[in-house]
Amino acid sequence: MSLLSVKDLHVTYRTQAGAVPAVRGVGIELSRGEVLGLAGESGCGKSTIAGAILRLLPKGTDVTGQVMLDNQNVLELKPGRLRAVRWTEASIVFQGAMHALNPVQRIGDQIAEPIVLHGQAGEREALVRAGSLLEQVGLPARRLKDYPHELSGGQRQRVMIAMALACNPRLIIADEPTTALDVMVQAQVLRLLKELQRELGLAMIFITHDLSVLVETCDRLAVMYAGRVIEEGPADVVFRQPAHPYTRALSAAFPEIGDARFRMRPSGLPGDPPYPADLPTGCTFHPRCPQVFAPCSHVDPPLFDVSPERRAACLLFDGAPATVNAAGGTVAKEDQPPAEEQR
Amino acid sequence: MKPTIERPAPAPEPEPLGPLPIPKSAKAIARTRRKEAALRTWRQYRKSKMGMAGLGILVFFVLVAIFAPLLASRCELSPTCASGPILSPPSWQYPLGTDDLGRSVLALTIWGSRISIIVGLAATLITVVIGTSFGLVAGYYGGWRESGLMRITDWFLVIPFLPLAIVLSVILEPSLTTVILVIGITSWASTARVVRAQVLSLKTRTYVERARALGASHWHLMSRHILPNVGPLIFANTVLIVAVAILSETTLSFLNLGPDPTTNISWGTILEFAFGGGAAFSNNWWWIVPPGVAVVLVVLAFTMIGYALDEILNPKLRAR
Amino acid sequence: MSTRRYLFSKIAQAFLTLAFVLAFNFFLFRGLGDPVSLLLHGHSSLTPNAIADLKQQLGLDLPLPQQFVHYVNETLHGNLGYSYDGTPVSTVIATKAWPTLLLIGLSTIASIIIGIWIGIKQGWKRGSGFDQGMLGVTLVLYSMPEFWFGLLMIMIFAVTFQIFPTGGMTTPGADYTGVKHVTDVLNHMALPFFVLTVAYLAEYSIIMRSSLLETLGEDFIMTARSKGMLENRVLYKHAVPNALLPTMTVTILSLGFVISGAITIEIIFSWPGLGLETYNAILNKDYSTLEGLFLLFSASVIVANLVADLLYSYLDPRVRAA
Repeated sequence: MSLLSVKDLHVTYRTQAGAVPAVRGVGIELSRGEVLGLAGESGCGKSTIAGAILRLLPKGTDVTGQVMLDNQNVLELKPGRLRAVRWTEASIVFQGAMHALNPVQRIGDQIAEPIVLHGQAGEREALVRAGSLLEQVGLPARRLKDYPHELSGGQRQRVMIAMALACNPRLIIADEPTTALDVMVQAQVLRLLKELQRELGLAMIFITHDLSVLVETCDRLAVMYAGRVIEEGPADVVFRQPAHPYTRALSAAFPEIGDARFRMRPSGLPGDPPYPADLPTGCTFHPRCPQVFAPCSHVDPPLFDVSPERRAACLLFDGAPATVNAAGGTVAKEDQPPAEEQR
Repeated sequence: MKPTIERPAPAPEPEPLGPLPIPKSAKAIARTRRKEAALRTWRQYRKSKMGMAGLGILVFFVLVAIFAPLLASRCELSPTCASGPILSPPSWQYPLGTDDLGRSVLALTIWGSRISIIVGLAATLITVVIGTSFGLVAGYYGGWRESGLMRITDWFLVIPFLPLAIVLSVILEPSLTTVILVIGITSWASTARVVRAQVLSLKTRTYVERARALGASHWHLMSRHILPNVGPLIFANTVLIVAVAILSETTLSFLNLGPDPTTNISWGTILEFAFGGGAAFSNNWWWIVPPGVAVVLVVLAFTMIGYALDEILNPKLRAR
Repeated sequence: MSTRRYLFSKIAQAFLTLAFVLAFNFFLFRGLGDPVSLLLHGHSSLTPNAIADLKQQLGLDLPLPQQFVHYVNETLHGNLGYSYDGTPVSTVIATKAWPTLLLIGLSTIASIIIGIWIGIKQGWKRGSGFDQGMLGVTLVLYSMPEFWFGLLMIMIFAVTFQIFPTGGMTTPGADYTGVKHVTDVLNHMALPFFVLTVAYLAEYSIIMRSSLLETLGEDFIMTARSKGMLENRVLYKHAVPNALLPTMTVTILSLGFVISGAITIEIIFSWPGLGLETYNAILNKDYSTLEGLFLLFSASVIVANLVADLLYSYLDPRVRAA
């Protein structure tokens, strides 16, 4: 049963330099209790999606498409209804809890605030609930009285998680929750998230650039590049047998101890991700792709099934629907990719 | 048997280059770089409407100040030459009316621009020199030097400006130099603060550490590495200081603490005459409005230029 | 450092600054010549013997360091010397302090409140007509000598339209008491109050505006919004409390300018306060009074800074517990 259904989401920021398309046609399907990982380099649009789902993007940003959250299109909700949906249906765990918490408000009040706001309890009750939430994330309830600067980075991240759970949402969007933390603390926070997700049956969207983290925690994985999803499928399959060359490069960049592959092959990709306002023609990845061939520079492949349960946006695979490029041409027979190298 | 590994053919030897251009000296390179940076700043500055408007107003008043003798006879300022009717409102002959001695207010205002602007600029020079030295030394050396200098700076920041200026003006003989000194001495504290903050952030940059590792002396580091990078910020700050200095001079002259009013008339002095002559209560608006408007326009000009420059040169704002 | 140590260090710093002011005062005015000749300044109708007696009385025959100690001692006991007409400076100050306190106190409070309110509105609706308009207005106010603005107001409201009196604190001759006295004072205070409030609110609105803009860019604002609260709550419960803190620090620094404005405004409105007294002291070359007033002005600003510092440390939890 689908909890979240994003269809054809386009987000364009309006800046002094002009229109910047950050998200260009993304679709996401999430069922109850399912964990989806959203991976990609900085600037690929993944954090923008988090903001778009709850309509938190700056005024003037162009957002089109559909975001169905429990059968309501968030993008069309009236302000009152939108405010009611926020935090109660879906909440966000922000990254860098250093600045994501109000420095002059006690953390207990910050956790209790949405509870009272949404009429789920009175002030005193809400504080009690905040205390139990803190314990759920592994912090003593007496820390309710503390201010954010009195906590360590890892502790603040836990507070963010407790806060996200305050109104019993069914979906939690974790936007780079472990990025700013030390490796040891990262592991703790990840473990906590996994436990909570299992205990409470939460659906989660886990956003990060660190692919290895996602393999542990997610059911499905979606890889983004330049505002589009370019590969999608079950987490461990995508990670261990990446289809799209970009996914391959991304997973290669995070070496695993003991995996012989990583010793032999050089990792990392040349070049930088493209400016959203200045995208390459054809497949946006083609300037950096180690397996680029003729049609890649003028045909932009959509996301299509390359095997049951797996989709990728790459011309290397058969089964691309009659792809239509910007000039209206299609992939010619002689432009088919060479046979895939054997590994 | 292992397959032979094919190696790519070695690249051919590159053609020898012709005679190389004689490298410019380091100084010449630095000079060109600075010229280019200045040009870039100017091009950016041109885009700022506020900056260009301010510049326009300033140029106008500077021209008025320079060409004052051509615009109004100097004699007009002294009571002996004044030939107009006393306290008459604007007329064709006296576009801005006359004061209580029959002098043309227009002439007074034109000549007033000289003292007001000169004092503003000269006092700012003192302010910037003292402030930059304090800030540079304090920020660069740190330690007891920094604490000591910053204590003094903070003291000057806390003490209210006008009472201090009054006390100093009263002690010293009233003159043009006194006014310039007094304003200079009372205003440098904020510049020192700004400079010190910037120096502190620059001190930790790698190129400074590198230069130090190469054995550069303190003086070399301060003058060659740090000062040029603090320069743009000081420049933007300076322009705003001129604005404040002009306002300060106007106030001091109004309180009769300025230079001898028989020889040196500034816009503040005119206002002092006006107030002393009861202009406000007699509704002699033509005597009060022009010098005030002149002050407002010039200070506004400097402020607008300062803000425009700050947008361009302030590293904190630029980084956004 | 704990709160107590923080408070202690701030108070100690204030004392140190005050001490410097005393020393500065002392050596500066001694530099002019001994107080007796300053006092007499032309009115030398005393015999050399009488002068010598006076000098001994004032402790001027002692070596300089001892004189300084004597000076500090006297000052701490409230003896600030004598004005040129013989009245003790402390009496002068005592009688003239209230009008200044009333005018400056009320106008500063009004200035801060209105300025902050404007700054919040500007920052919240950045780029709106109100914002741009107010930016222009504050820019012009900033560039105007406050006493010139006062003169204009006098010409318009007191002379042309005769709505308010042209100066003074009370109507001369009339001897009102009770409510009538209060309204009389308020009537006289209206224009100078208006001028001082308007002249300085630009400072506060600009600071508040930029502080709010910076705060609105912080992550916790997005966190607040995503919790589903009304925009008003985001502004007043989350953004403003954080934006007010740096505003306070800068406001503290500008308190010194308020005193400068007080002096010139009291002069043009003949408001019988310390500012007008300063002007008279300048005209009469009354150095003792100037010395005393300078001390008082500096001390006031130092104390005000200290109070504001302490208030700030109470309000910002990061400083409190640091």
